[in-house]
Amino acid sequence: MPNLTIDGQQVDVPVGTTIIQAARKLGISIPHYCYHPALPVAGNCRICLVEVEKQPKLQISCYTPVAEGMIVRTNSPKVLEARQNVLEFLLVNHPLDCPVCDQAGECKLQDYYMKHGLYDSRLADVKIKKEKKAFAIGRTVMLDQERCILCTRCVRFTENITKTHEFGVFNRGDHSQLDLYPGRKLDNNYSGNVVDICPVGALTDRDFRFKCRVWYLEKTKSVCPGCSQGCNITVEWDKMRPHIQKQARVMRLKPRFNSEVNDYWICDKGRYNYHFIDENRIVHPQFNKESISWEQAMDILAGAVNSLKISKRMNRIGVLASAQLTNEDLFVIKKLFKDTLGGALVDFRVPEKPGESDEFLMKADKNPNTAGAEIILGSDTKPQQIVQKARQGEIDLLYVFGHDLSQLFGKEAIYQISKNVKLFVFQGSNVNNTCNYAHLILPSQVYAEKEGTFTNCQSRVQRIWPAFQPLGEARADWEILSLLSERLGSALNFKDPRSIFNEIAATIAPFAELTYEKIGDKGTTLAK
Amino acid sequence: MDNPNQKRRQELEKYFDVQGPFAFLRLAQMKRAWRQGNRRQLTWWENTYIPTLISGIWLTSKHFFRNLGFHILHLVGLCKDVRAAVTYQYPEQKRPLGLRLRTRHRLTKREDDSPRCVACMMCETVCPARCIEITAAEHPDPNIEKYPAEFILDLGKCVYCGFCVEVCPEDAIRMDTGILNTSEYSRESMIYNKKRLMEE
Repeated sequence: MPNLTIDGQQVDVPVGTTIIQAARKLGISIPHYCYHPALPVAGNCRICLVEVEKQPKLQISCYTPVAEGMIVRTNSPKVLEARQNVLEFLLVNHPLDCPVCDQAGECKLQDYYMKHGLYDSRLADVKIKKEKKAFAIGRTVMLDQERCILCTRCVRFTENITKTHEFGVFNRGDHSQLDLYPGRKLDNNYSGNVVDICPVGALTDRDFRFKCRVWYLEKTKSVCPGCSQGCNITVEWDKMRPHIQKQARVMRLKPRFNSEVNDYWICDKGRYNYHFIDENRIVHPQFNKESISWEQAMDILAGAVNSLKISKRMNRIGVLASAQLTNEDLFVIKKLFKDTLGGALVDFRVPEKPGESDEFLMKADKNPNTAGAEIILGSDTKPQQIVQKARQGEIDLLYVFGHDLSQLFGKEAIYQISKNVKLFVFQGSNVNNTCNYAHLILPSQVYAEKEGTFTNCQSRVQRIWPAFQPLGEARADWEILSLLSERLGSALNFKDPRSIFNEIAATIAPFAELTYEKIGDKGTTLAK
Repeated sequence: MDNPNQKRRQELEKYFDVQGPFAFLRLAQMKRAWRQGNRRQLTWWENTYIPTLISGIWLTSKHFFRNLGFHILHLVGLCKDVRAAVTYQYPEQKRPLGLRLRTRHRLTKREDDSPRCVACMMCETVCPARCIEITAAEHPDPNIEKYPAEFILDLGKCVYCGFCVEVCPEDAIRMDTGILNTSEYSRESMIYNKKRLMEE
């Protein structure tokens, strides 16, 4: 293990480590554009120059491997001057577009200019303009060649990560420009990631274009609910400026680094799967299409359950839980319908069509918590049986969590269910066709509004955090069921998801000894 | 200053303004206040309101006769460099405004009458009263790229600080209309949209 000194601090790193990685280990950040930890080194931006003792010229820290006894200085006058000169060179043809550029605020050119540049412009010539200004290069991305500093991060991304080879740098000198190969379009499933890795505003997101300034955004850690991979994400939202995007709160989703799950990436399906948080939501409890209060809703629901309980016909309750729910929600469903009431028919595996999948991040199972539901809820019956029984009127209370039954089983089936079942309860966050047939509709919270955990396909438990207050009167699924249990006179006494999780850890073996603290930001794998 | 009595005396002197020709009258008041604290009984003499009346009449007539005298002198061409009070007959007659005075905002235009604003939201960000609401949209000309689909400025909230003008990178918003009387009958009509801000 070579031992080297960076800015007077000693560090031991494995052979083959580069200076920039060793410095990062010490918490020293060296400015960089073309270097990205997940991509191969290109070494073309030259801003990461550092001074290595006994070497006559400055070295690029992203490509210089460490050696025993190396003495590196990252902020000597020589380095600072070089950094300023490199920045001036990179900015020679960069347009002063900041007012209209979506990258402004998270742009590395702005950041490093304010930190290391701050020179007076010496530019006497006119900036070289490209043929076209911003233009769309695919479903998701806009390209502005003038803003590009040719770091080739996106080129390397499409070469090494997606292996689709769309990007290339064409022409030479002042005329070199980033472009797609002729006849190509950037339409792979991971195209949004090139926006994240672009250090400047050359590649910007079409979905986020001109929506909101990045400095308005607040960030909440979360987990993508789009499929069973459970990619770590950040929900970026704004509530202070409701005039933006018709009162929508979530502006965009960004991937969050987790080496075990998704590295720095996220698929486009997950990235743009956030509109349901603000659109088409159920905001009030409804009974026969009329808005009612939670009190009234609970009266109706508890009345129906109680009458079945008294006449000991618990097997006439059918519950279609969902793998979209958190572990905590599912545990409360199990606790209430299986343990406390007993005998109810509970299942979550409704026959969904497998979605799009690939060998990288996208999984065919589009539910974030199938593994958790299997561990917590198990399965005794088949959802098809529950639906069949409901159609034949052998079930008096059908409790559906978010599933669109009309899409899964057909309109005929749902019409029969609403006719033959005495109380058809739909609990979900968004309006779908099933709402037209359900008798009682209960608004629940979306993943960005509640706390909890998901278990992904690698049996990894990961936390989600509430970003903002729920819309309207929506409540968390566990909270609604706790309320119901109170009405039934067998209160479950859960205060918050944390206390539910503690009970999961105490009663369900794979979760043993886990707490929210142990799960942390990055999640932890369940015991087999 | 540490002496509480001295401090209190200074407060009282300030409160009663014991300067000018009729100071002796107020000095007596002050002395009494000194003895009794702030809550003090008016004496018989004070109860007649004659001392206050006299000092009031003195102040008014001082200005009246001074202005009268100087206006007469101005008429005959004397003492032109000494100013006397002038009354502007507002609203028929308007006072000249300082060039730097911050008055109602306007959005400046390009040659084709479209707004110069590129919806960079600097003004919206810097505004301490949060009275600006911009909705950005894609401009058909790719060299302009971004323009405000709507620009709403709530003058009911505006504090006229001028930060929006100072921060604007495009000289798109100015506070130079000279309009001071932005009075309306409802709060809603104090909200100016893009069209209203661009009217001459």
